[in-house]
Amino acid sequence: MTTVAPPTDVTRAPRTAARNRRRTGRFAPYVYLAPAMTLFTLFLALPIAYAVYLSLRATKVSGLGLGAGAKTEVWAGFDNYARALSDPDFIASVVRVGLYGLLLVPTMLGLALVFALLLDARRTGAKSFSRVSIFLPYAVPAVIASLLWGFLYLPRVSPFYYVFDLIGWDAPQILSSQLVIFAIANIGLWGGVGFNMIVIYTALKAIPSELYEAARLDGASELQVAWRVKVPIVTPSLILTFLFSMIATLQVFAEPMTLRPLTNTISTTWSPLMKVYRDAFVRDDIYSAAATSVIIALATFVLSFGFLRLVQRRAFSQENS
Amino acid sequence: MRLHTGLKVAAALAATTLLMTACSSGSDSPGTDDTAAGPVDLVFWTWAPGMDEIAAVWNESHPDIQVTVNKQDGGDAAVTKLLTAIKAGSGAPDIMQAEYQKIPTLVSSDALADLSGELSEDTASHFSDGMWEAVTLGSDAVYGVPQDSGPMELYYRADIFEQYGLAVPTTWEEYAQVAEQLHTADPTKYLGTFSAQDAGWFTGLAQQAGASWWGIDGEAWTVDIDADPTQKVAAYWGDLVEKGVIDNKPMYTPEWGAALNDGTQVAWVSAIWGPGVLEGNAPDTAGLWKMAPMPQWESGDEATGNWGGSATSVTTQSEHPAEAAQFIEWMNSSQEGVNLLVEKGSVYPADIPGQAEALAEPPAFFSNQPDFYTIAAQIAQTVQPFQYGPNVNVAYSAYNDEFGKAAEAKSASLFTDAVTAMQTATVEDLKNSGFTVKE
Repeated sequence: MTTVAPPTDVTRAPRTAARNRRRTGRFAPYVYLAPAMTLFTLFLALPIAYAVYLSLRATKVSGLGLGAGAKTEVWAGFDNYARALSDPDFIASVVRVGLYGLLLVPTMLGLALVFALLLDARRTGAKSFSRVSIFLPYAVPAVIASLLWGFLYLPRVSPFYYVFDLIGWDAPQILSSQLVIFAIANIGLWGGVGFNMIVIYTALKAIPSELYEAARLDGASELQVAWRVKVPIVTPSLILTFLFSMIATLQVFAEPMTLRPLTNTISTTWSPLMKVYRDAFVRDDIYSAAATSVIIALATFVLSFGFLRLVQRRAFSQENS
Repeated sequence: MRLHTGLKVAAALAATTLLMTACSSGSDSPGTDDTAAGPVDLVFWTWAPGMDEIAAVWNESHPDIQVTVNKQDGGDAAVTKLLTAIKAGSGAPDIMQAEYQKIPTLVSSDALADLSGELSEDTASHFSDGMWEAVTLGSDAVYGVPQDSGPMELYYRADIFEQYGLAVPTTWEEYAQVAEQLHTADPTKYLGTFSAQDAGWFTGLAQQAGASWWGIDGEAWTVDIDADPTQKVAAYWGDLVEKGVIDNKPMYTPEWGAALNDGTQVAWVSAIWGPGVLEGNAPDTAGLWKMAPMPQWESGDEATGNWGGSATSVTTQSEHPAEAAQFIEWMNSSQEGVNLLVEKGSVYPADIPGQAEALAEPPAFFSNQPDFYTIAAQIAQTVQPFQYGPNVNVAYSAYNDEFGKAAEAKSASLFTDAVTAMQTATVEDLKNSGFTVKE
């Protein structure tokens, strides 16, 4: 650059260029970030702020509440929060979903890990077919999956019960009050295994093959390689999938909502989000629905970050070193 | 400093976008493009089938008032959507189909316009007192024109009744006996099911027994769910479920449809629109069903309840309430409109003068019962008065939860407890919302 520039400009040009560079340097990040920030503000930050605002409000009706001007919006303070936290239906739904998570998450991640390891094993045949068929249920929307499973759960229309009947066995009533949680967890299970398997499988694929060779030279069997080499290396992926699964569990909604009309055993407040839905759209009380959703959001936030803090140092220390 | 600039940029961008959307939605609203010269365009939200064909007939003969039908997604979803539009201040249609039990809720949210000044004087005389009260809520205001009603009857499989030598029950006592007789003769068969999913069905049964769940006492609401008539109905069905002589599974499931079709469910306590549902769920049984009046609590009584039915209302956001009222009056109370309702929409019209001509033929599925609508018309006159309140949805969702538990446990005492729990939930909700409630 200096060679082509005329000698008279040598003193001025670099300074302006530097200044220009500094100016663009200062604004460039904002220009690049602007679309994302706009979208974030419009579709995330503003609605969240509005939900928090709504959760502090309530409608008050006067007298019979008929006709124009019968309803007014008033300031409610933390009344909605107090009511949500002391609502036995809400507490019951939280406990229920906790139990559901204890059933679902370990089973789902265990299966995903086993499938991923099997796919990664040397002697597995029909790999791509197995991979696709395990992943496929993830591509089916939860509502559709629930409808399909619903058919399979209803004794009179289910092929399973038909077969059980032919053999002469007593099939369990999967939609009865004791078993219905398994019925719902089963739908969630097949919806999630495929996705988690792909995440873990991808991590397995990234392991350099020298490690295996070294392990085999040391006389490790296929099982030992899986347990001692592969599992420790994919632990960060397992933690990631655990986190996703936990958040998804707290938000379980479509499966119980779709199964609800088929049975007496799923209440309108089966999961916390179903209670939010009922308050907002059945009872037409968006204010307490907003309060409950803020509580759920905070709980999710605290749980996720608490969990990450807990495991971060142990899990990711290998990556950093 | 840096953060602040970033925020300012974001805020400015957000504000611009908001303003732009606000402007564009402003110019889209029906009010601004309306000039005195052009025809009036009305939007009609409905989920009933055939309404677009009815509107097409109207549009042809009324070039000045054009109605566009906008199909909605079932009763509850449409009401939620309408209430959201009312809160937002724009986006509501001109005309809205409103189920009777939703009218108090919609009125208390100021969503329905008072049409008392727009309708002709004799409109009220077209409808039974019960129907008219449902759209006036007992006041001088008129919040819609009744469209269809759902007087309840008993549907039964005549062939299976004959096969087992069963008599058609005329009282609930007989119904219980027949249920037991049938279930003993063939343990796979049931005379009916108790559905904890269909609050409207149970409400109709309670209505027949003389219940009226809400009431207005001066300037206060009363709630009367936990009273003798409803308790009597709950105890009766709880007893049948506990004995196991009727089923405890919900209606409207694939399983229920299969049971209707293969003769496992032998009778159905339902409403006048039942033939359509039977046709859809049990196509193999055409011509095998018959309809009879509901069993009575006292022998010789003539009472029934109502399940379903709706009015057509004009919303408070409509810029043309007069024209909208003209259309709904034509659709629901002129002979041409009522004929179309039956022919295109397969509804049982609420309009009394128009019924005879429109309902000359029995429903196709009941071609074996030529006097179907003659019987139905007699039954329709015995619908008992019933008042809905401003939080029917709360009572109904409490019904789902409480009766769901009771039906699953097959316990008669839980059935009566469920009625008490519905009362508690309904009263608590009214009080929480600030309504004056008299206990």
